[in-house]
Amino acid sequence: MLCDNCKERDAIINLTQVEHDSKVTLHLCEQCAQQKGVETGGAVLKSPLGNFLGAVVKGSTPGALVPASGDALRCTACGSTLRDFRDSGRLGCDRCYESFDTHLRDLLRRLHGSSQHVGERYELPGAGGGGLSDDDPRSRLLELKAQLRRAVEGENFELAAELRDRIRVLE
Amino acid sequence: MDLSLLPDGGMRWLDASGPKSTIVLSTRIRLARNVRGIPFSQRAKDADRMAVLQRVTDAAASSGHLGSAVAFHLDQMDRSERQLLHERHLVSKELAGLERESRPRPGAALLVQDQVGVMVNEEDHLRLHGMWSGFDLEDAYAEVEAIDAELGRLVPFAFHPEFGYLTSCPTNAGTGLRASVLIHLPGLVLTKEINKVLQGLSQVGLTFRGLYGENSEVVGNFFQLSNQTTLGKTEDELIDHLGKIVRQVVEYEEQARDVLLRTAPEEVEDKTWRAYGLLKHARQVSFEETMNLLSGVRLGVGLKLLPGPGVYTLNKLLIYTQPAHLAAMDGRSTGDRELPTVRAAFVRRLLEAESS
Repeated sequence: MLCDNCKERDAIINLTQVEHDSKVTLHLCEQCAQQKGVETGGAVLKSPLGNFLGAVVKGSTPGALVPASGDALRCTACGSTLRDFRDSGRLGCDRCYESFDTHLRDLLRRLHGSSQHVGERYELPGAGGGGLSDDDPRSRLLELKAQLRRAVEGENFELAAELRDRIRVLE
Repeated sequence: MDLSLLPDGGMRWLDASGPKSTIVLSTRIRLARNVRGIPFSQRAKDADRMAVLQRVTDAAASSGHLGSAVAFHLDQMDRSERQLLHERHLVSKELAGLERESRPRPGAALLVQDQVGVMVNEEDHLRLHGMWSGFDLEDAYAEVEAIDAELGRLVPFAFHPEFGYLTSCPTNAGTGLRASVLIHLPGLVLTKEINKVLQGLSQVGLTFRGLYGENSEVVGNFFQLSNQTTLGKTEDELIDHLGKIVRQVVEYEEQARDVLLRTAPEEVEDKTWRAYGLLKHARQVSFEETMNLLSGVRLGVGLKLLPGPGVYTLNKLLIYTQPAHLAAMDGRSTGDRELPTVRAAFVRRLLEAESS
């Protein structure tokens, strides 16, 4: 079938629109679909989370993305519960990240596409360094390999592939 | 409150000295950090907040970048003064306690030196930030990163080997980095290409907001583009990616302006001269109308259809015509009904000074 718009290329997308209570279905080629603002395969694949993330920002707090099943979990340090986070979207303290780590890891992956920090490493004041410093590519490589192992163990293959590429670059 | 010691009152970016500053007004970097072992703001007690403030103040005093910072204690300031800081993009609405029926929390503070600063006791204990003129992600980031490194050596930050820097809201965890540019896109709006561009942004992990950040409306064709995710990528990757996309958006904007000039030169010229004329002669003008007129004039200046005013003046008008600024200048309250008249007079004065 030819594209309803340009009548030149093959239609590969069916676009159904509701206008004035009546349903109109257009058969479009990829180019014309894009012109009409429809996301086509290529674009969507680039960032599978794109739309989802947009929805999160414009919708409610990220807390709402956490299932209610863990509501009763309580942070041992500050006493706030996972329920509190679900309601407010804010965590009580830094230790909450450990107290709720399974739920948060899942949430972070949904929000950012990954739960593994790969940016700058931070060393607490007075930790004194010793041994390899964070700037040292060898220590960075070791860290990445450890992350890769964890990713494979956790069957997070998307992250594993990403880490593998980073390791290649460093090596 | 004394901002007069700072270049352009803490807004050096107004001087339009940076790259592409007709289209990109400013580049902003912020890093979210929390002090290890102290509850986040949602859960913090007053004593916790005061402890955070003390630690940050002490660390800043002995740092090179914030050693002579001016400190503003928002909980001890009038609402109009807090609003003024907010209008300068130096504090968030939340920190300034400007949201409905809210007040600044005890310990809410801003330290600012030249074009960098730190908000204390906002959603996170520290929000380090820097604002640069034009499109200048690298310089802005380098400076804010240097402050981060300095303070991080003196104050223990909350950091996790897997999740990175820990933040009150998980949307900021990891790098804690939000890089954004304030960009003027009248060409894309007039050629109706803007929705396509904005839609494209969400596909590549970026997001847009209005002039005042989160939940603010887009006025005067000014958009803030920034990274959406903060975890799973390095700081450099996040900044490079934003930079690449912004360069593209700037190109689209320039192309759209070319199209306008080719297809409707008289209309564009008329639109920009009308905007200029209204600003120069109106006797009453709302802030929103001012923004829209400034957008028209800025476009005209960018396209060299108007001989002036300079971009520095246009930037200043954008900030100084806001309610708290006008009120402070003229000794009135921000709700004063005469403000539109005061605003029109101020705009005329500034434009006349420039053309004389």
